[in-house]
Amino acid sequence: MSLEAQTIHRETFVINLGPQHPATHGVLRIKLTMDGEYIYDAEPVIGYGHRMHEKMGENRTYAKYLPNTARMDYVAAMFNTHGYVCAVERLAGITVPERAEYIRVITAELNRLASHLLWAGAFLIDLGGFTPLLYTFDDREQILDLLESVTGARLTFCYYRFGGVCNDVDDEFVAGTRQFISRLRSRMPMYHALVTKNIIFRKRCEGIGPITAADCRRYGATGPVLRGAGVAYDVRKAEPYSIYPKLDFNVPVYPESDCMARYLVRMDEIVESMRIIEQALDQMPAGPVMAEKVPKFLKPPKGECYFNVESARGSFGVRAISDGTDKAYRLKLRSPCFSNLSLFQECSRGMLLADALALLGSLDLVIPDIDR
Amino acid sequence: MTINNEFILEIVRLVLYAVGLIAFAAFNAAYLSLLERKIPSWFQLRYGPKEVGWWGLLQPVADGLKLLTKQLLVQRGADVVLFKLAPVMVVIPAIMCLATIPFSETIVARNLNLGLLVIFSFSAIHVIGTMLGGWASYNKYASIAAARVVAQNIAYEIPLLLVMVALVMVTHSFNLHTIVDQQAGGFWHWNVLRLSASPLMPVAFIIYFICMLAESNRAPFDMVEAESELIAGAFTEYSGMGFGLFFIAEYANIVVGCALGTILFLGGWHCPFNLLPGLHWFLIKMYFLCFTVIWVRWSFPRTQFYGLLNLSWKVLIPVALAHLMITAIMLKLV
Repeated sequence: MSLEAQTIHRETFVINLGPQHPATHGVLRIKLTMDGEYIYDAEPVIGYGHRMHEKMGENRTYAKYLPNTARMDYVAAMFNTHGYVCAVERLAGITVPERAEYIRVITAELNRLASHLLWAGAFLIDLGGFTPLLYTFDDREQILDLLESVTGARLTFCYYRFGGVCNDVDDEFVAGTRQFISRLRSRMPMYHALVTKNIIFRKRCEGIGPITAADCRRYGATGPVLRGAGVAYDVRKAEPYSIYPKLDFNVPVYPESDCMARYLVRMDEIVESMRIIEQALDQMPAGPVMAEKVPKFLKPPKGECYFNVESARGSFGVRAISDGTDKAYRLKLRSPCFSNLSLFQECSRGMLLADALALLGSLDLVIPDIDR
Repeated sequence: MTINNEFILEIVRLVLYAVGLIAFAAFNAAYLSLLERKIPSWFQLRYGPKEVGWWGLLQPVADGLKLLTKQLLVQRGADVVLFKLAPVMVVIPAIMCLATIPFSETIVARNLNLGLLVIFSFSAIHVIGTMLGGWASYNKYASIAAARVVAQNIAYEIPLLLVMVALVMVTHSFNLHTIVDQQAGGFWHWNVLRLSASPLMPVAFIIYFICMLAESNRAPFDMVEAESELIAGAFTEYSGMGFGLFFIAEYANIVVGCALGTILFLGGWHCPFNLLPGLHWFLIKMYFLCFTVIWVRWSFPRTQFYGLLNLSWKVLIPVALAHLMITAIMLKLV
């Protein structure tokens, strides 16, 4: 802060952004202390959507908790289930058939596409452009149709089971996915022409909302926020799980650390996810989709484990401690949105209201994932 | 007796024009709001209103009835008089501006010699109305919007006036009828292509259009509303027809802006190919500009507030000044 700014008499006022506000995408409340249109302090107030998911994990059997996992980050529900299922499988020592692993990766990456497309539209709404949302929803709708055909759900999927997945995919799904990928690939230039090259969009994103790698490290921000700050950290590469080591994909990194970098990271991830899905479809072997002899009431041996997956928003971690009964002794969920939001207070200081909301939008927050 | 007859006739004419203009403004507000939903629905793979009446044609009526039946709530702590006065102060000047607009050779409410000046005087008032509305609301979001609207409109009135002054220098008249008449005989006579007066004439038209968007608080310059930041900006606390009047004023301002653009730059009621001049050409040009306004709104994100001021002070005003200088020099030389 310049000397001049410090010596000027400061008259601030408090403005309540949310819990009902168009820019917060849910019940997030931010207590803004404003100096004119500049933000002096922004204090996120969370917990409006708290449903005690962690405690529920300790009160329910492992299988009964599965549907809960889809209701935290409901925009990218597959990843939460993936993390939880993998953690419990590691605890119980269950091996998953290869075909099931492929199906998990395909559906998870489809979900990542859906999540990023939704984000791109919602981010543009935060910036005041309404039309791109309808286009991204058109694409997302097709993903949801595909996923509905195998999982039976359109949003809160509960598809993965301990030891595999509950339904095998059919040829129709495979053909539909390939068709969708070629369609989305042909639409990417349109998105870039409509949004990325738009002069107003560039002005609103380039150099706006800097989040440095140091900020990310201090607050534990992961995912596109971290990769948009120039750190090539992706759980799929750093701690490979499932069949990701067998697949060839890049981790898009942009060192600019601004909203544009985070936008471009997500747009590139859409392309990379399409590559992953295509490779996985090509390599997918035949075989069972469910491990044999998985007991109905799972009683993992005493022990604990931590399992990390790369969700659409960053690293989603599950720490499960088993005391040998059919319920987890402790279940800790590490939500990427919580860490990504926590840096908002520091990074938004001194920004203009409109820019801070662009920054907030670029974090890609799903509020129930923060509140859990 | 003859004087008396003239007088009565004049009164009747006045009433007719007043009713006609208010009806025109209200009709345009209603059906531009329908187009505002229909046109983006073509871009956005959806239907838009289609249930009320054929092609949703009765939707504006339904909206109007809904707004009329709603209670006009006044926030505790608000300045009641100003709060209720503000929508009126926004909508009346917009309608007044229409009084001097010549729609065709014969259709004009008042053919004033200083028509252009009248329009600019009136169009400056709605800023005060919006500001008062935002300030009287006793709402922090509305106060921020009230502060924004003043800065924005000051910034955009300057390039607008500079462009106008250059145009008046070329046309030697403030009378809109005269200005249109000078542009008769094909589109190459239109002011927008009057390169003999200043090679920057097409640029001047673009400056006019941008300023018109900013003046009527339309996206991408809708800082006053900015629904993703300020909820509904200055109009946050307004309900029922209080909000409805702001809404009518917004569209009336668009109509005035587009009509003025048509008159000043696009030859008013004259045909581009010197055929059949008349009201229809005026309406075609004016609604094409209105369509462009809507088109722009649904294609672009909103600018930042400082981006908007930067555009005005760093780009539009210097260019408009250069245009003014070039026009003056060309006038002296030719």
